[in-house]
Amino acid sequence: MDARLLVEHIPSLRRYARALTGNAWAADDLVQDTLERACSKWRLWVVGSDLRAWLFTVMHNIFASQVRRTPPPHAVVSLDDLPHELQGGVDPGRDQGTSLDLQRCLMQLPDEQRAVLLLVTLEDLSYAEVAKVLGIPAGTVMSRLSRARVRLQELMDGASAPIRPGLRRLK
Amino acid sequence: MSRPAPPPTDDELHAWVDGQLAAERHGAVEEAIASDPAVAAKVAAWHTQRDALRRLHGELLDEPVPTALMGALDRHLPRTARHVSWLRWGGMAAGLLIAFAAGWLGNAQWSAPRGGTQLAKVPAVREFVHDASVAHAVYAPEKRHPVEVAASEQQHLVQWLSRRLDRPLKVPDLSTQGYTLVGGRLLPGETGARAQFMFEDAAGERVTLYIGTLDANAAGATAARETAFRFASEGPVPSFYWVDQGFGYALAGKLPREVLLKLATLAYRDLS
Repeated sequence: MDARLLVEHIPSLRRYARALTGNAWAADDLVQDTLERACSKWRLWVVGSDLRAWLFTVMHNIFASQVRRTPPPHAVVSLDDLPHELQGGVDPGRDQGTSLDLQRCLMQLPDEQRAVLLLVTLEDLSYAEVAKVLGIPAGTVMSRLSRARVRLQELMDGASAPIRPGLRRLK
Repeated sequence: MSRPAPPPTDDELHAWVDGQLAAERHGAVEEAIASDPAVAAKVAAWHTQRDALRRLHGELLDEPVPTALMGALDRHLPRTARHVSWLRWGGMAAGLLIAFAAGWLGNAQWSAPRGGTQLAKVPAVREFVHDASVAHAVYAPEKRHPVEVAASEQQHLVQWLSRRLDRPLKVPDLSTQGYTLVGGRLLPGETGARAQFMFEDAAGERVTLYIGTLDANAAGATAARETAFRFASEGPVPSFYWVDQGFGYALAGKLPREVLLKLATLAYRDLS
């Protein structure tokens, strides 16, 4: 019965998985695996502790083991080769275009940096929670976050033709 | 010009952007932003990036959960139920032991002064309230099939659910608060059938009243008999619940506490 507690967390799990994998199908597969694992390991969740953080931990473990099994193709493809491999296939409007760019640039980040950046920004987890979810020291969270932000900014600056002044680094 | 406080580190600037910086360091960051254009630009860029990320795939938060994912959960629910029925019926000894232990614990808790949290610790009650909250979360957003039997067949609905719950039920009148009956459905519970009545106001806001027997052994004899209103906010949706003659009621809805209490009071008066 308690498995139904999970229902309210599904939307944010889906969004995080979508941004993490960059692919709607892969994301929902990941969410489904996460839900199934969470149901079968239900007893490992400490009642009263943060269910959301636990679910992200479960999801992260599954994602990490999937990545280990199949090295992601984007790791060896340079940004310049990618411009037409956009998700969706619908005519991108302006906002949609920006979010496609953003997602594409996100995928250029190493998985572990992307995970930290997304857990912090999308999910508002504290740095300490992120360290727990990913099983890494707090210092590593900060260095990955920092590298992810700088790198994403460079990628976005390179990806969008008109550079937004807000994103340009002032000397 | 500058304060004696050390200038913020990059980690602190990240923490500032993410709203995780300790309050006593806010001054130092504000100072650095004001005096150093490079810091100001960096922080502004991170803010912009953070905002853009937070808009990314935001539509997924409002989309209904795909049936495939709900299915993943449903497939695992019977296992839990099977486990529980094994506990209940599998072995006399185990069952008696559990009933005894739960009853004893329940009584022990109830001999203590009745605080708001006491009842919530009684497993059967907690589980009941929790199921009510989850049932609300599952069915209230439903557009096409929110109920099994619609309000237009109210008489049939009440007869049917009364028969299944083995007790004459009544639908409370919440119309003075602007809520009218949508209908009801039958749901499985740990201790037998449960009923859910759904109400809706003009704005489409829904509340549900969840009703069912509480297992007297597991709940502790006193707890199962009757209680005052309790507020529960642990589940997906908050609820007010009460127990009356071994029967549990939980009124759940995504509403402010005082509105929910008003509705619960109305329902309670109407039902007793």
